[in-house]
Amino acid sequence: MSKQSKAIWSKNLFNLLVFALLFTGLAQMPIFKRYYLADIPGFAWTSDFYLNHILHYILATILLFWIFFRLGKFLRQGQRGIKTISPFGWAKIFIWAGIIITGILRVLKNQPNIFFSPETTMFIDWTHPGLVIILGLAALLGKFLRQGYFKG
Amino acid sequence: MSISRRKFLHGLAAAGLTTVLPSTARAASQGEELATLLDLSKCIGCGACVEACKETNAHKFPRPKKPFPRMYPSRVKVFDWSDKQDVDDRLTPYNWLYIQTANVTWQGKEYEINIPRRCLHCQNPPCANLCPWGAASKQANGIVRINDKICLGGAKCKNVCPWHIPERQTGVGLYLKLLPSFAGNGVMYKCDRCFDRVAKGLIPACIEACPENVQTIGPRDEIVARAHELAKKTGGYIYGEKENGGTNTIYVSPVPFDILDQAIEKGPGRPHLSPVPNSMAREENLAMAVLAAPVAGLAAALLTGVSKVSQEKQGDKDE
Repeated sequence: MSKQSKAIWSKNLFNLLVFALLFTGLAQMPIFKRYYLADIPGFAWTSDFYLNHILHYILATILLFWIFFRLGKFLRQGQRGIKTISPFGWAKIFIWAGIIITGILRVLKNQPNIFFSPETTMFIDWTHPGLVIILGLAALLGKFLRQGYFKG
Repeated sequence: MSISRRKFLHGLAAAGLTTVLPSTARAASQGEELATLLDLSKCIGCGACVEACKETNAHKFPRPKKPFPRMYPSRVKVFDWSDKQDVDDRLTPYNWLYIQTANVTWQGKEYEINIPRRCLHCQNPPCANLCPWGAASKQANGIVRINDKICLGGAKCKNVCPWHIPERQTGVGLYLKLLPSFAGNGVMYKCDRCFDRVAKGLIPACIEACPENVQTIGPRDEIVARAHELAKKTGGYIYGEKENGGTNTIYVSPVPFDILDQAIEKGPGRPHLSPVPNSMAREENLAMAVLAAPVAGLAAALLTGVSKVSQEKQGDKDE
């Protein structure tokens, strides 16, 4: 496989992973049953909150490994690589960081011996999907303005 | 939560001392989980606790606005208990505690066991962990409560609760200000173990009102120890200690709970007494994988880098 087609495959798989995370995240809202999606034959699982929660954990594990693997490879370039990041790229990186941090905090919160106050829990619960929406809007804006992570 | 020992002791005295373990004030002030022990051999089913709960929590009960918004799609049902506020033989948004009765024969002896039923306040509550809106949460003192200002009434908490405890009332809450016809359906209600009274150093109303001292409140480890002591002394059985990974409501009964479960009336608003495995067990196990993934990703990147460099060096040597 050529380097270019490898990159295209990698990008498509990453987008699929993000879509699956978005779907299982949305499935945490009680909407798929209300709006008939779970009534479609083969889609009853979309209204199973526990199943979608577990799938979200598994997908998040794969995403985190992927992102940090890419980050590690990128950091091997040192200062030279960091200087190529565009301001728009930095904005998206910070949004991603927020999603990851709030996601990890939510996982910690779900552990039996870790306690977060009700206010902190609510802040995390609202920030995590809020940042996902902002990331979606930023991605659309990036397409529209033809802006990527890197300069040039 | 800061709580004055003096105030708590005041509550303790009001309750006649036997229903509050001495270390409760210290535990509450240090943010330790409090649990309740219910000695079912003492409960006469008088309903004083149910009445006290209704009176004390009346100010928290829903006051729905009618007519209710038209809901889409049409299959979304209205849940209206506002005209049935007196119902006390099941859980409703206006009745957060009721008495279940089981008439059973055990080891040749007949028993009438009365079981005060309400939220068990799980140690790792799925209702709070899976609420997508942050409306359900657990406090440091072990109370699991639903914030009626935030709840949208999606009833996910009821769905994921192994006992399906929370009950919905349509026509009240935040959803009315958002998209009332398309998202949400009211507010979910359940026992909040009188969080406001506990915050003032008082004990929950149901404990205070009980003429038979059925319930005892105290730090969880001491309550569990006491439950085991009682079960050993009376040959009794325990429910709630390990159910759903552990709850803060421990029942001790002279009759095994599987027998009670067969004898009680079950259904909507009437929870079972079956064994319950930990609903959050899979998440608890998977958490380690989620937390390790970033480290593993970075390590993999480092290792591939090292291997690439050594391959290049090997290549240079071969040339």
